[in-house]
Amino acid sequence: MSTLDKDVREVAANKLVQAVQAEVQGKYSRRSFLKLTGMAGGGFVLASVLPAIQSDAEDLGSLVGSVELNAFIKVSSDGRITIYSSNPEMGQGIKTALPMIIAEEMGAKWEDVEVLQSEVDAERFGRQGAGGSTTIPRSFDLMRQMGASAREMFIGAASIAMELPRDELKAAESAVSHSSGRSLSFGQLAALAVKQPLPDPGSLEFKDREDYTIIGTSVSGVDNLVIVTGLALFAIDTKVPGMLFGAYEKCPAFGGKAVSANLAEIKKLPGIRDAFLVEGNDNVRELMSGVAIVGTSTWAVFNAKKHLKVEWDESNASKDSWRQLVSTAESLKGQSGDIKVENKGDVDAEFGNKANKTLSGFYEFPFVSHFCLEPMNCTADYKKGLNGAKDTVELWVPTQAPARVFPMTKSMFGLDAEQVTVHQTRLGGSFGRRIFNEYVCEVIQMSRQVGAPVKHTWMREDNMHHDFYRTGGFQELKGSVDAEGKLVAWEKHLIGMSAGGKPVMGAQFRGTEFPFLNLDNVRGTKTMLDIDTPCGPWRAPGANTTAFVVQSFLHELSQAAGRDHMEFLIEIMGEPRWFEPDNIRSLNTGRAVDVIKLAASKAGWGRKMPKGRALGLAFHFCHAAHVAEVAEVSVDKNNKLTVHKVTVAVDVGPIINMSGALSQVEGSVIDGLSTMVGQKITMEKGRIEQSNFHDYQVLRIGAAPELDIHFIQSDFSPTGLGEPALPPLAPAVGNAIYSATGHRVRKMPLTEEGYTV
Amino acid sequence: MPAYKLKVNGTDHVVDVDEEMPLLWVLRDVLGLTGTKYGCGIAQCGACTVHIGDTPTRSCSVRVSDVVGQSIRTIEGLSEGTKLHPMQQAWIEIDVAQCGYCQAGQIMSAAALLKQKPNPTDEDIDSAMSGNYCRCGTYNRIRKAIHTAANYHDAMASVEKQV
Repeated sequence: MSTLDKDVREVAANKLVQAVQAEVQGKYSRRSFLKLTGMAGGGFVLASVLPAIQSDAEDLGSLVGSVELNAFIKVSSDGRITIYSSNPEMGQGIKTALPMIIAEEMGAKWEDVEVLQSEVDAERFGRQGAGGSTTIPRSFDLMRQMGASAREMFIGAASIAMELPRDELKAAESAVSHSSGRSLSFGQLAALAVKQPLPDPGSLEFKDREDYTIIGTSVSGVDNLVIVTGLALFAIDTKVPGMLFGAYEKCPAFGGKAVSANLAEIKKLPGIRDAFLVEGNDNVRELMSGVAIVGTSTWAVFNAKKHLKVEWDESNASKDSWRQLVSTAESLKGQSGDIKVENKGDVDAEFGNKANKTLSGFYEFPFVSHFCLEPMNCTADYKKGLNGAKDTVELWVPTQAPARVFPMTKSMFGLDAEQVTVHQTRLGGSFGRRIFNEYVCEVIQMSRQVGAPVKHTWMREDNMHHDFYRTGGFQELKGSVDAEGKLVAWEKHLIGMSAGGKPVMGAQFRGTEFPFLNLDNVRGTKTMLDIDTPCGPWRAPGANTTAFVVQSFLHELSQAAGRDHMEFLIEIMGEPRWFEPDNIRSLNTGRAVDVIKLAASKAGWGRKMPKGRALGLAFHFCHAAHVAEVAEVSVDKNNKLTVHKVTVAVDVGPIINMSGALSQVEGSVIDGLSTMVGQKITMEKGRIEQSNFHDYQVLRIGAAPELDIHFIQSDFSPTGLGEPALPPLAPAVGNAIYSATGHRVRKMPLTEEGYTV
Repeated sequence: MPAYKLKVNGTDHVVDVDEEMPLLWVLRDVLGLTGTKYGCGIAQCGACTVHIGDTPTRSCSVRVSDVVGQSIRTIEGLSEGTKLHPMQQAWIEIDVAQCGYCQAGQIMSAAALLKQKPNPTDEDIDSAMSGNYCRCGTYNRIRKAIHTAANYHDAMASVEKQV
């Protein structure tokens, strides 16, 4: 049994312990080179540990005679292959998935590959953001090109070295071989390969799917060893010699300005080095007015923050009130909105037709927070330029959008791109939050002021009070089914939030929304309520609430018509086709029907269930992904809810890392459930009323349902999976609750509807 | 400020800090052991879990002055001697982590459970791990990894008997 191979384990663990000790003593770089082999067969996975000396950490080339084949790939003479992962890793698994694509096309053995996070350099690496589940679809071809181009250079080198024609040579298992049995390893070929001409990208041929040996397998995350041993990896773990610690207090009502504070008193507290007012530029994405505190430990500045007494000028601050928004929205019940979105056919004729069944439902969903477990933080080392040299700043930033840092440091601090170094770190969760990086401006302000590197950390309360929230809102739907039980008319009124008259992220509503394009009689209108509370992208923006409303209401209609929900849904899809002709990122009704049928069949749709227990189905399309989910739910007499199992069927085309893909679906389902069960952000007088996990409920392990996940690996090109499995969860659970109890959930979270988990 | 003697991962340290400073910040900012994470500061999320003796403890809510002389173990010291802890191996094999931020705390809670109950049931796991949030939703893999580690444990014990 390989797990018990004591020798391997001891050798490896010995090296690990040395690396840990070295790390702790600060002798070596954060980038100790740790390597994992695959997870196949449950074998022991630690292969080797090679700590790198700090000064060499940035430049592998100087370590072991390695050569750079392109920006993403270095190969050393001892056969080690380094692949740079260019995009931010926040738990979505991209740091493992992108290198897998390169390694596949290159013909590398995965065990020979070590992955490093690249620096931020648009010229070398192209677009380096992450968001919108777009990294895989945007990068797939580039990664294949990088891998295939390295492969061709190895084959060219081998052709010269072996004096054999190129077309008789094949790259696989980190070597180029010939049918005669002759073979040279990538390590042996590296020096010659780098001298080969770069192949024309148009001439590159990619592997057929059936020849894949890495893509589609399960690979354990490349940072797993570092994670499980607690080595520094996140921005919050940054250590810079002479570093101080910072905290920042902003007005609890968005937009308030700091007028004065008890700074003299604060400066006398233990461990405090400085405290000062910051004016800011009144841009919530950059630098809001506040009070900065710098000290000798995180605890010192957190503690000082609790003693702060600030006088705020709230004349231009938010006065938002959730209760007021609810009451305004409720006063609009039964009305259409003043903004027209779509009007096709004759909705009113169908609503007035006595032969039809017509019903309506008013749905409400709350604001929610991202609550990334790693709080917002950033370390900055601002250095004044001496003797006429320009100032510089070095930043360790957890961000989904590293490229956005440069325009911000330019406009706020007058720093040109060459004066700014951005290190992208692993993100302890993001879910859309770290698209915005205002903490960068806060910490630069501190580091510049005190003349020392500063690690700035937000208290949990700051994270709850100063988020870019998932917008709350309201939707009223009205629909008719005819005498045959067929859906014939659909109307939606979105009562959504806007800022300065523009819909906030997640409050968009277009006439292409499902099922508008499937029906002849549709009307869409909206009413916008202007707010000052900042909103932003939150895992599957828009979809995460619209799916709940639309898929719940379709279930309402199917039940009113006395129809089977699955058949009703499939009937609406109609013939297999692209929903928007020529747009292969639009809904494909054939793919939709396939995932609906698969999820239903795997879940045992239609089977008899005991009283108080039922299945609920929902489908949603977003981010070019087709996802159907079936939740098996029971509700007891005290309204205690148990989600026993969630069955998921997904079509995102071919899967890159099976383990990572499953993780994304598992996480999306749990996140969806956690959110719908108990999460709600409210505001009064412009202030967020929740502050920490005692008043913002997160799902705990005992409530996690069994998960059964299936992929339809269609031939369409692969698309992203960080978001699209979340939206169908809430309606699937809500529909199951209805079938189990007769109670329709039209409002989230469930705790406010009287349920417990 | 008084100096406190702490025993962390078998090594003695003297730290000169305010008596109110939570153990979490002594570990992270004073000793440089950043494997233990800050999540909430009010013992709700479990990201800061360490062992004091054999007891999993939220280090954000324990004052440094209250743990003087006690044996403190952090994620950096979980590898016993020259061996990765079975829980760490299982975590890699099952590929538990997504963002990874909560995982040190999860592993410390899980390791304490395994010591107390070498073959935990799902109910034991749900109960022992209920103080640890995972924002990414890795709960199902956490259960699986704990069972996997328990199996390593069994297998090791049977090999050791034969030797």
